[in-house]
Amino acid sequence: MSQYRVLPGPEHFLPPAAASMGIRLPNPGEAHINGVIVSEEKAYEEAAKQFLMAKVPTLFPGPLVLWAWNEKAAKKATAIRHLYNTLKECVQPGQKPMLIPMPDYRPKYPKINPEVEINPNHPNLTIWHNKIDCCMFIGVHCHQANLSLKIIRGGTSCYTIAMCAQAGHEDAMLSFRDASVEKIMTLADWVRKLKGTVQPRLTSAKSGASN
Amino acid sequence: MAENKSLIGTKNKKGQTFTDTWTMMNDAPRTPSFYTGSEVIKEALRRASCDVMIAYPITPQSEAAALIGELFAEGYIGDYFRGESEFAVMSQCAGAAFGGARVFTTTAGPGTMRAMENFPMWSGARLPIQMIVTCRGINSPLSIQPDTLEIAYLLNTGMLVWHAETAQDFFDWILKGYMVSEEPDVHLPLALCCDGFFVTHTKDVVNLTPADMCLPPYDPYRSPVPCMDMECPPVRMMRDPFVMKSNYISYATHASWQQEIWAAVERSRKHTIKWINGLVDTENTDADIMIVASGTAVSQGREAIRLLEDEGIRCGLVKVKSLRPWPEEEIREATKNAKHIFVPEFNVTGWLAKEIKATIPNHHRVHSGPRVCGGMTMPPEIIVQEIKTVLGMKTVSLAGRGS
Repeated sequence: MSQYRVLPGPEHFLPPAAASMGIRLPNPGEAHINGVIVSEEKAYEEAAKQFLMAKVPTLFPGPLVLWAWNEKAAKKATAIRHLYNTLKECVQPGQKPMLIPMPDYRPKYPKINPEVEINPNHPNLTIWHNKIDCCMFIGVHCHQANLSLKIIRGGTSCYTIAMCAQAGHEDAMLSFRDASVEKIMTLADWVRKLKGTVQPRLTSAKSGASN
Repeated sequence: MAENKSLIGTKNKKGQTFTDTWTMMNDAPRTPSFYTGSEVIKEALRRASCDVMIAYPITPQSEAAALIGELFAEGYIGDYFRGESEFAVMSQCAGAAFGGARVFTTTAGPGTMRAMENFPMWSGARLPIQMIVTCRGINSPLSIQPDTLEIAYLLNTGMLVWHAETAQDFFDWILKGYMVSEEPDVHLPLALCCDGFFVTHTKDVVNLTPADMCLPPYDPYRSPVPCMDMECPPVRMMRDPFVMKSNYISYATHASWQQEIWAAVERSRKHTIKWINGLVDTENTDADIMIVASGTAVSQGREAIRLLEDEGIRCGLVKVKSLRPWPEEEIREATKNAKHIFVPEFNVTGWLAKEIKATIPNHHRVHSGPRVCGGMTMPPEIIVQEIKTVLGMKTVSLAGRGS
């Protein structure tokens, strides 16, 4: 088993892909936290805790859920909105949940507007600008999600979560696989369940704005 | 393959039943058939639910490419045409795969080299194209005879690279290869290599799955990149590609992209192990002497082991099936007891021996050879001779053989 752990950065000038460091993806019914395989239940709890601890917990929905290209996508989008609303209801004063889309993957020059979107080619700009310290990718194509997750780990201290519809992401600090409407709703339930039990990091100097 | 699973049990236009691949490959009855390697490629494709095959003639793969043309005429392949050159073929394969098709092609020797620019592009674009490489000589003066040097050039393209020993490997791995390549966490092209002529043009008994069963179709919507989105990379290569910009983040993005390709190669490891039953096969790993080989050099190694046994010398074998992903741990484990490791190869540079030397501790144990090239055969006696020479035993010179 690899000794490498997928932890919040800033990790390195060019951080390695976690897969190349021996981190393996979870099997169906499992998740991973920091590269260690865990049960989905444990991952729900940890993801909810991380959201509730964060100053700016943020959801990054991608193209697979931003367009109603099939019935499942539309239902997932509704569930994501529910999760976002749940976060807003459950955080304490001073915490600022955000919902920022990754509408497409085009490199945009001279730069994106980090207030309204995130881009896989320079996701750190959105993290830095909004001081995001915990985020979750959902509905982003796996290749683009991995690009983003590595760049974020390399240059920021943001805690990353992936709710992946396929096999999961080693480059996130916490990853679910086989994402479904039910899993998104379960995560929202966990956020509600832990409301008021988690101390937010409001006084911490550490933020996603690290370079 | 959530959506495609619903097709299992239904029939395609040729009356074949879409069958769960694991069931088809492991549980379905097999029929022994006496075929050339080229005919076996055709029979595998018959069962592969392949959408597009693009062909270009170059020995020794031409026969297989022509036979697949017959499959198209029979209605088993969605589309089939000849490209203008190998470079064109591989570019056209990319186009078809970008569009969401299951794609197959074959090439060899100088054709592989001519098309080389496309292979890292396929990997970078995460296109699960399958390419048969029937290896032959690549240098001038040209040779059409077996020589595995071209594999060395494929190893760092980001493609999966497997090396078949027999026609049976070929049949099974063509079908299983798609299952590995098309996993969303892998989604990379596969170069399925064999030693030209030795495998393609010799007949062997191959156990075939039923012809009325076929693979479930490819589901492009599980791809880790958008299918044919002209506004997004990797399709959108020539408008604002980040590689053309000179700033830190453009370089960092491209670096991250390259890392992701090799991460996908790593992820293919568990799928490859599952489908082809390990990255290596081993025999007698407690022996002091080991032969490590890939392709038909494995067959020659087996025969050499038999000859050595007749003389009371015990020797083990490692058959390297997958070169990418590279079986680092497996080779270290299989050779941990060996005092001498011999690596017979059909190429002049000894690329496999170099890989093994870079993998194991105490690499002075590796004897890089024997090697033949340019189309020469490798009589098992020369492997025996090499081993006995290293052991300080008396040998009979084979230098005059063939004269």
